[in-house]
Amino acid sequence: MGEGVNMDSKRPLLRVERFSKSFGGVQALLNVSFDVWEGDVFGIIGPNGSGKTTLVNCITSFVKRDTGDLHFKGRALKRGIPPHKVADLGIARTFQITRPYYSLPAYKNLIIPLLSARARRTGGWRGGGKHGDRDTVGLDILEEIGFERDSFIPYKLASALPTGYLKRLELARCLAIRPDLVICDEIFSGLSGSEIATMTPLIEKLQMEGVTLIMIEHRLRELFRVANRVMVLNFGVKISEGTSDQVMADEKVKEAYFGSDQEVMDYA
Amino acid sequence: MEREEHYRHERLDRGIKVRTEGIYAVSSWVEMSYLLVPRLFLILGLLALPLLMPTAYWQRVISIVCIYALLAVGFDLLAHFVGLVSLGGGFFVGVGGYLAAIMNVYLGVPLALTVPIATLAGGIICTLLLLPCLPLRGVYFAIATLMYPLIFTRLIEALDIFGGTDGIVGVSSWPNPWIERYLIIVIVILALFAIRRLVNEDFGLLMRGVKDNDQAVKASGISITSVKAVAVFITSLMGCFGGAYLVHIYMWSGLSQFALDFSIIPIAATVIGGGGTLVGPVLGTFILVPLSEILREFGTLRIVFYCVILVIFIVFKSEGIMVYAERKYHQFQQWVKV
Repeated sequence: MGEGVNMDSKRPLLRVERFSKSFGGVQALLNVSFDVWEGDVFGIIGPNGSGKTTLVNCITSFVKRDTGDLHFKGRALKRGIPPHKVADLGIARTFQITRPYYSLPAYKNLIIPLLSARARRTGGWRGGGKHGDRDTVGLDILEEIGFERDSFIPYKLASALPTGYLKRLELARCLAIRPDLVICDEIFSGLSGSEIATMTPLIEKLQMEGVTLIMIEHRLRELFRVANRVMVLNFGVKISEGTSDQVMADEKVKEAYFGSDQEVMDYA
Repeated sequence: MEREEHYRHERLDRGIKVRTEGIYAVSSWVEMSYLLVPRLFLILGLLALPLLMPTAYWQRVISIVCIYALLAVGFDLLAHFVGLVSLGGGFFVGVGGYLAAIMNVYLGVPLALTVPIATLAGGIICTLLLLPCLPLRGVYFAIATLMYPLIFTRLIEALDIFGGTDGIVGVSSWPNPWIERYLIIVIVILALFAIRRLVNEDFGLLMRGVKDNDQAVKASGISITSVKAVAVFITSLMGCFGGAYLVHIYMWSGLSQFALDFSIIPIAATVIGGGGTLVGPVLGTFILVPLSEILREFGTLRIVFYCVILVIFIVFKSEGIMVYAERKYHQFQQWVKV
């Protein structure tokens, strides 16, 4: 299959078509469609409860969508596909609420994704491979993501790490399976300004390495620095899509955030 | 200079741990024995037990205790390393026991084959039957597994198969009492150390990952059901071996093999011994089961004493003996001259 460079540049990496999902009487998503192209950093924003996380859950199959089609690398993903199969195809995700494997040291947290069939198949990060030294590979990934290698931090129990490192660990866990697409669910939330300042270069680096990203964010200023396209959701409906400037100029977006024509960037 | 000599506390474990994290670098006989003595104490203690017991009755008790110990280790593995609270002890013992008895009595398979076959086949059967329950977590898994022995008891009773309420009689006995006594002890020791190693291997990390955060394991492209299934298979192997072994001791297989005791006592033993230590539950069974035998003299009051002791343990030492003892052992310090 089309591992590596996508020859057919007309075909989006991920195509979401008319996604709908309701929880009882609440319509969480209604006919949401969008394309993500290879190399994109695709931002998804919207007020609280606008269905952003539900959208991610539906894409990664943690929640079954009611209707809609999903194509990844030109391949249709059925509605009932189990989440680990989705990950196996190359869609990795972080969780909004970071929950590492508390009883394991940080670098051992990465052994679990490195044991997955996908990580073994793709040779692990820099060739950990089937019988590679997973501990070393784990430490490599952690170093890449900003854990100081020679300090004791990678060896600390995950339960003893501060939030900033936990967010990085979430991202590292995704990268360990060598994904084609990473979906970050509010990776900046709960971080201090300086932590975010060290996080954005990581995202940019990933982008340069050719990893495609979908980022759900509330921190618009930081998101707009990295995202080349942005989609806005409100009450489960897509109300705008385009570059950050286009989106922010959109009246419907201002209305969704404030119900007025105030500058959205003030909020960010 | 000063006349008096100065002393300071020395803790043996600190030096070992500081030299390297994870892998112990042991540099002297003192340190080696510090690590070896508790392990040897356990192994030699278990091996010596049948010799120390005064009567054949008590030797038999030890064998029964070992069956509970296998179940308790399995319970601890599932509960503290995979996050599945299993009440299926009786189910495992029952399936293993009936399989061995059926093969031995109805098919004439000799004992040397019934035990290994019943262990393996029982493990597979139990895992397959429990497969639909694996998505469940916590108390829901506990309730579901509790139903299995009840279903099988009533099935055998109602359909009057496998001897019905009378059970299957005429199962061949162990050829030699010493084989009988020592086989199970060796199995307990092997299972204990094997599982202790397993939980720190890569697959063990996977199991612990499932316990800590199964969503993240799924998001890493690993099926949590298969991880759980392997863990349940390991546990049911131990339980089914216990059942097959028990049937050959009693020379009879009956409905009491599905008894609730096999599900409940391992939990009590894990609480008393200390969950997550694996050796703790073994210790717990070696306290609880003989205790209940001793208390037999008190007749019905036995249960009262038993319950009171359990409650005292849970209220005052809920961490468990082994967790407490391990901590105290690591905190052991001596005075050394400065």
